[in-house]
Amino acid sequence: MKRKQLKFAAGSIIIILTLSYLAYSGYQESKTYYHTVPEIYAMKGAVDDRTLQVSGDVIPGSIQREGKIVTFTIGEAPQTLQVKYVGKQPLPDTLIDRATAMATGKMGPDGVFVADTILAKCASKYEKEKAAGVELTQKSN
Amino acid sequence: MAAQLGQFALALAWVVTVYSVIASLLGIRLKHDKLIASGRNAAIGVAVCITTSIACLGYLFAVSDFSIKYIAAHSNRDLPFYFKISSIWGGQEGSLLFWGWILTMYTALVVIQNWRKHSSLMPYVTAVLMASSLFFTSMHLFAVNPFNQTVILSSQMSPLPFVPRDGSGLNPLLQDPYMVIHPPMLYLGFVGFAVPFAFAMAALITKQLGDTWIRTTRRWTMVAWMFLSVGVVLGGKWAYHELGWGGFWAWDPVENASLMPWLIGTAYLHSVMVQEKKGMLKVWNIVLVIMTYIMAVFGTFLTRSGVVNSVHAFAQSPIGGYFAAFIVVALSGSLYLLFDRLPYLKSENQMESMVSRESSFMFNNLILLASCFAVFWGTMFPVISEAVKGVKITVGPPFFNKVNVPIAIFLMFLTGVGPLLAWRKASTNSLKRNFLWPAVVSLATGVVLYVRGVQHFYAWLAIVMSIFVALTIFREFIRGARARSGGTGENFVEAIVNLTFRNTRRYGGYIIHFAFVLMFLGWSGQAFTTDASADMGLGDTLELREYTLRMDKLGIDDTPNYTSDKATVSLFAYGKKVANLYPERRVYKAGTEPQPTSEVAIYSTMRNDMYVVMAGATRDGKKAVIQIFYNPLTMWVWIGAVVMVIGTLIALLPNRKTPARKRQETESKEETKDVEAKVT
Repeated sequence: MKRKQLKFAAGSIIIILTLSYLAYSGYQESKTYYHTVPEIYAMKGAVDDRTLQVSGDVIPGSIQREGKIVTFTIGEAPQTLQVKYVGKQPLPDTLIDRATAMATGKMGPDGVFVADTILAKCASKYEKEKAAGVELTQKSN
Repeated sequence: MAAQLGQFALALAWVVTVYSVIASLLGIRLKHDKLIASGRNAAIGVAVCITTSIACLGYLFAVSDFSIKYIAAHSNRDLPFYFKISSIWGGQEGSLLFWGWILTMYTALVVIQNWRKHSSLMPYVTAVLMASSLFFTSMHLFAVNPFNQTVILSSQMSPLPFVPRDGSGLNPLLQDPYMVIHPPMLYLGFVGFAVPFAFAMAALITKQLGDTWIRTTRRWTMVAWMFLSVGVVLGGKWAYHELGWGGFWAWDPVENASLMPWLIGTAYLHSVMVQEKKGMLKVWNIVLVIMTYIMAVFGTFLTRSGVVNSVHAFAQSPIGGYFAAFIVVALSGSLYLLFDRLPYLKSENQMESMVSRESSFMFNNLILLASCFAVFWGTMFPVISEAVKGVKITVGPPFFNKVNVPIAIFLMFLTGVGPLLAWRKASTNSLKRNFLWPAVVSLATGVVLYVRGVQHFYAWLAIVMSIFVALTIFREFIRGARARSGGTGENFVEAIVNLTFRNTRRYGGYIIHFAFVLMFLGWSGQAFTTDASADMGLGDTLELREYTLRMDKLGIDDTPNYTSDKATVSLFAYGKKVANLYPERRVYKAGTEPQPTSEVAIYSTMRNDMYVVMAGATRDGKKAVIQIFYNPLTMWVWIGAVVMVIGTLIALLPNRKTPARKRQETESKEETKDVEAKVT
């Protein structure tokens, strides 16, 4: 009976170790450091070629399209960051002026953030508790 | 009026809920039958109150009463009626009320159904369910009340009541038929697991730890599991339909939130059979039932609290504390109780062989939990790393895929092998008999596929495994039908039907397994997705594999709810016209900031989907930016989900009775088979 249980333990351990290895390599491959725009400024040039996720609000009027490449600026003046989107997928519909954008990519040598994935949340319109009253006022004017 | 009534019903529900918990517990203490019965009736009363409340909310949406903040923020006059109704669960407050409503309805149903049968368990079941309910009613009443008035901040910063002329509309992403149906399904699943949880707790408290609680909740668990599965798939269908990136699963936190309880619930459904047959894994099953319910609540929390960033975490709000408290209380309470009752949960048998039904269930459980753990870890990693290292680190799809793809393939393997292994120990002979032909045929197909260009390793393995599993399942049906028609003289089809309805659990289970084979095939098609894009003016064409698109018209569509740029595209397959597609880019009118959303157009066949997105227009406005995806086999995911529902419904049916003489025959046949398995 003891040997049987040993076999089960060995089988389980092999499975768990394999999965742990896969998890670790998947983690190394896809880990992304999340920062806000001011944090990027605070780090100065310290960001190497790590994959970063940067989040900030889109500055109104900054979204520019040229062919498939879209650039826009996030953050709050004076700390702003220009983002250049080079990804394949269509940009999310929610990426509009003042939306909160999350760009994943790497910092380019020229200080422009090169992103291959963009997520955007239009936080200003939906669900923002305090804004509801204010927005509705604008509407009724 | 309706708002006041709804509010009053909520407050009343809160009081009655508290009463129900106290009356149930005190009644048991004092052995006072009338008090216990009163606690039960109170539970039914709560269901009536919350039903009134949610009906009021629905009415307020129907009449567009924008003096209520929740209505003003989630609806507008020109919103189609069915979306007005689905707006009930379109936002934070309403969706939590909806959760609570389902819980009280389930409670009422359980109480009515089981009161006579399990009189000693039921007062505790009522108390546990009502305590869960208390958490939700408290939250509705004190934190996220859907009946709050719309207010405006005056110059002195004091809030004044205010009625806007129109609401700011339902989030365009939620204006989708799948969003009408996806949340109810998901919630019916999530909340359904409260019932087995409550029975497990009652069993622990009363020390009635036999099979009663498991047998009583078997159907409940299956129903909850079915709804949850449908909910998860519909979530994928919604994402496919609405988000416009060409796929249906992205390991988004909200998707993961629905997957985690599903993984543990699935483990539970399987391991519970080991307890029924062999009296093993008793502690384990209780742990699983606790974890499933906690994960369901945690999933709701993830979705609603905005604790992790997500494409569609629609909310940021003060409910985090409530959920955290509830999870801590429920988890520590139930685990303490389990720990205290350990001596009553001794296993009646032990594992004997690696190659047996028990061990296949054990490995099934191990990897389902490993999968859940990996998903949990990946989803919560930003939060965990921030707490531990002070840096927020997120992990992406490669992490989830690396772990879960091999797990899924291994699970598929177990799906094929497990049900055919004998209990205790399977013989080499039976292994050969059951698996030789399926293995040979699936490997041969694999060679053909490889030669014909299917060389993506995981996808290849997934397809070969799917064929293997499908063959083992067909073989079971054929073998059973042959044996049956030999004995009864029925023809083959009759025999299959009768076989299935006389042993619904077993054959329903096979059908569910087959459904997963289909979904698995659909999923492996994702490995062969290709895409293309172009700026298309009138008459321009775009080619991808066997398809050609031609832009025929660029127009504008105007409805009361939205305006849209609408393209008319002709789709040709192998040069022959097969469809007109209408991808759109809509701008909804309600609200202050117009937000464009794309409505994708999909041409679906059993072989592949052609998925057309209008991503925007070029700057001069003369051309549309069109992106297309070629997705092989996607339809099989949805077909599989339908088959899964059919299989579950069959498994839920009671076995059709066999006339006495025949029953003896079949029983003795079953016995000889068992004996045979043991002897060989």
